[in-house]
Amino acid sequence: MGTLNLLRPSKDNLQNNLYLGSFLVGISILDVFLNSFLKLNITSYLPSIISIVLPFLLGMFGFHLMRIEFSGIKNLDRLNKNINTNNFNAALTLLIIFLIIKAIPPVMSWMILDANISGDSKDACTGSGACWTYIKVWFKRFMYGMYPNEHIWRVNLAFIFLVVLAFVGFVTPQKYRNLLTLYYVVIYPIIAFILIYYLISGGEFGLEWVETGAWGGLSLTFIVSFFSLIFCFPLGMALALGRRTELPIVKYVSVGFIEFWRGVPLITVLFMSSVMFPMFLPEDFFMDKLVRVIIAISLFEAAYVAEVIRGGLQALPRGQYDAAKSLGMGYWKMHIFVILPQALKLVIPGMANTFLALVKDTPLIFVVGLAELAGMLQMAKTNPKWLGYAMEGYVFAAIIFWIICYAMSKYSYNLELKYKTDR
Amino acid sequence: MKLKKILPQAITLLVVILIFGFFTMNAQLNMENRGIDFGYGFLSQESSFDVQFSLIEYSGSDSYARAYLVGLLNTLLVSILGIILCTILGVIVGIARLSPNYLIRTTAAWYVEFFRNIPLLLQIFFWYYAALRALPLPQDAEAIFGASYLTIKGFYTPSLIWENLDVFIYSVVAAIIVIIFVRIQAKKLRENVGKHLPVLNISIAILFVLPLLTFLFGGVNVGYETPELKQLAKTSFKFEGGLSIPPELLSLVIALSLYTATFVAECVRAGIQGVGKGQREAASSIGLNRKQVLNLIIMPQALRIIIPPTTNQYLNLTKNSSLAAAIAYPDLVLVFAGTALMQTGKAIEIVSITMLTYLTLSLSISFFMNWYNAKIAIVEK
Repeated sequence: MGTLNLLRPSKDNLQNNLYLGSFLVGISILDVFLNSFLKLNITSYLPSIISIVLPFLLGMFGFHLMRIEFSGIKNLDRLNKNINTNNFNAALTLLIIFLIIKAIPPVMSWMILDANISGDSKDACTGSGACWTYIKVWFKRFMYGMYPNEHIWRVNLAFIFLVVLAFVGFVTPQKYRNLLTLYYVVIYPIIAFILIYYLISGGEFGLEWVETGAWGGLSLTFIVSFFSLIFCFPLGMALALGRRTELPIVKYVSVGFIEFWRGVPLITVLFMSSVMFPMFLPEDFFMDKLVRVIIAISLFEAAYVAEVIRGGLQALPRGQYDAAKSLGMGYWKMHIFVILPQALKLVIPGMANTFLALVKDTPLIFVVGLAELAGMLQMAKTNPKWLGYAMEGYVFAAIIFWIICYAMSKYSYNLELKYKTDR
Repeated sequence: MKLKKILPQAITLLVVILIFGFFTMNAQLNMENRGIDFGYGFLSQESSFDVQFSLIEYSGSDSYARAYLVGLLNTLLVSILGIILCTILGVIVGIARLSPNYLIRTTAAWYVEFFRNIPLLLQIFFWYYAALRALPLPQDAEAIFGASYLTIKGFYTPSLIWENLDVFIYSVVAAIIVIIFVRIQAKKLRENVGKHLPVLNISIAILFVLPLLTFLFGGVNVGYETPELKQLAKTSFKFEGGLSIPPELLSLVIALSLYTATFVAECVRAGIQGVGKGQREAASSIGLNRKQVLNLIIMPQALRIIIPPTTNQYLNLTKNSSLAAAIAYPDLVLVFAGTALMQTGKAIEIVSITMLTYLTLSLSISFFMNWYNAKIAIVEK
C-alpha cells in the first residue's frame, strides 16, 4: 500500500490522493485568483493556450483525485457530495468558481474602487468607474419626479401616514379583530385617497396645488401600485365569484371581461386609456391622466387576480360547499364565512405573484407620459449636462426595484407559512 | 326563488348595456363635434411613413394595411426568437436548479431571483441604452469567427444566398412528413411485434439526407455574402451586405428571453419535482436504466405539469414584446398604434384593431393549449 495510484483514487491511498488533489485544486484556483486580482500570470512562460486551460486541467485532475467515496472524513464526503459527484459536475464547479473570481475585480472596481460620488457636477467624475454623483444629484428627481423641492415633505408625510395606518392591524385589540377586513378593504383606501388628494395634490388648506403631471419617480410607482392593488383586489374577487355562478348572464359577462383583459398587453390598455378612452366620455368631462392610468391598470390586473382566486375556489373540496349549505347558509354567508377565507389562504402565493407583476408593470406608464422611476431615468439620461451615465441610472433603479420585489416575495412566503393549515 | 336568479342577471345586463350605450353615445357625439368619421377605409390609403426594419418589402407608398402587416410580422419575429431562446435557457436553468451540485444549484437560483425581480422595461432599457451602447463602432469591431461583427449599430453576420430555395423548403416539409409516417409505423411495430426501431437515428438521417439530395438533383445551391466595411465619410463607417440584426431587436430578444427564462425555469423545476419519487423508484426497480427512466417515465409525466404554465409564459412573452415601442423597435404597437395613429388620428379604430390582434393571438394559443391539455390529460376512472 501507499503507492500513488492516480487513475483510481480509493480509500487505500486516501492521504496521498487527498493531499495531491487539494494541492492541485488550490494551485488552479490560486492561479486564476492571481491572474484576475493582481494581474499576475504565474504560468506566463507556457504557450498562451496552455496557460489559459492549465488551471482548469489541474483543477479537474485535483477533483478527480479527491473523489473518494466513504472516505470517513466528514468534510471531504460533504464536499464530494455537493460539488464533486462526477467529472461533469467537477468541471461545472470549477467553471463557476473561476467565473466568480474573474468577475469580482471588474465589478468591484466599477462599482466602488474607481467610482466617484463626491462633487455635484459631471466634472467630479474623473475615475474610470461608475459616477454615483449622477445618482446623488438626481436623487430627488428619481424619488419625487418634478414635484417642487420645497413641497417634498408633503409626499413624505403622506407616505409616513399611510405606512403607520397600514400597521393598525398588528396592534388592534382582539375585540375589534373582525372589523379589520372592513378597515382594510373600505376605510383604509378612503383615508389613503383623502391623504393623497389633500396632501400630495394640495389646493386646499393653504397647500399649493401640484398637478399630477409633476408627480413622478419612485413615489409615483408607489401611488400607482398602491391604488391599483387596492382596486383590483375586490373587483377580481367579484369577477372570480361571477365566473363560478350558475347564472348564465353574470357568468359570461365575467368570462368575457376576464378573457379580454388577459388577452391584451398592458401597453395597449394604457394607449387605450390615453387616446381612446377620452372619446368615450362626455366632452366637458375631464378625467386626470393619472386617474385614467390607475383605472386601466386596476381593470387589467383584476382579470389576473380573478383567475388566481378562481384557482383557489376550485381547489376547495365540494364538501365545504355542501357542509355550508346543509347548515342553511345562503350564497353570501357561505362565501364570506366558509369559502373565501379558505380559498384566499390557498392563493397567497398566486396573489403575491400578481401583485409583484403589478409593481413591475408600473414603469409602463411612461407611454402615456407619466414618468415614474424608469421614466425619470430616461429623462435624466438625455439631459445634456449628464450624457453618458445611463448604466449608473439603470443599475440604481434595478437595485431599488429588486429590493422591493424581493422583499415582497419573501413576505408572501412568510404569509404562506403563517396561514398554512393542514387539511 | 325565481326572482333571486333573475334579479342579479338583469342588473348585470342593465349595467353592461348602460355602460356600452353611454360610451357609444359619447363617442358618436365627440366624433361629430370634431368632424371625425368612423370607418376602416383608411387601411387602404397610402401610409407615407417609413419603417426602419421590416421582413417584407415595404415603403412609404404602401398602404396602412401593409404597415400593419409589417408590424405584426416584426412582433411575431421577436416573439418566436424569444420563445426559442427562453425555452433553451429556461430548461437548462430549471434542471440546474435541481442539480446535486451546490454551486450550480445556487447560481441557478440566484439567476432566477435576480432577473425576475427587475421590471422587464428596465431590463430592455438597460440592454439597449447601456449594454449595447458600450459596443465598439463599426470600424473598431473585431470579427467573431472571421466574418461576424458585433457593433454599436447591430450584429452583422454572413447571409446565405439560395438558388431554388422553394425546392429545398419542399424537401424539408417532405422529410418531416416521412418522419411522422416512420414514427407511426415504428409505434405500430413496437405495439404489435415488440420490435424497437432506432426512430431518432432514422429521423435525423431522413432530415439530413432528403434535403441534401436536392443539392445534387434539384438544382439547389447556396452561396454566402459577408458583411463588408464601407466608408461613408471620414469618420463614418458602415457594414454593408450580409445579414444585419438591428440593436433594437438584439436588446429586445436578449431582455425578453432572459426575463421569461426565469419563469420557464420555475415551471420546469416544478414539473420535474411534481413527479412522485415512487415513480422513479418503481421504474428503476423494474430494471429500466437512467436514460429510460427519464425518457419513458419522468419526462412524459413532467411535461404534463410543465406545458400549461409554460405556454402561459410564452403568451406573456408575446404580449410583453409590445414593450418594443419603448426602444423604437418597429413592432405592431409602435408602427400601428404609434405612427399610424399619429398620422390618421383614428384612435378607436386603430387601438381596437391592435387589441383585437393580440386578443386573437392569445385566444388561439390558449384554445390550442386547452385542446392539447385535454389530449394528454390522464384519463382517470
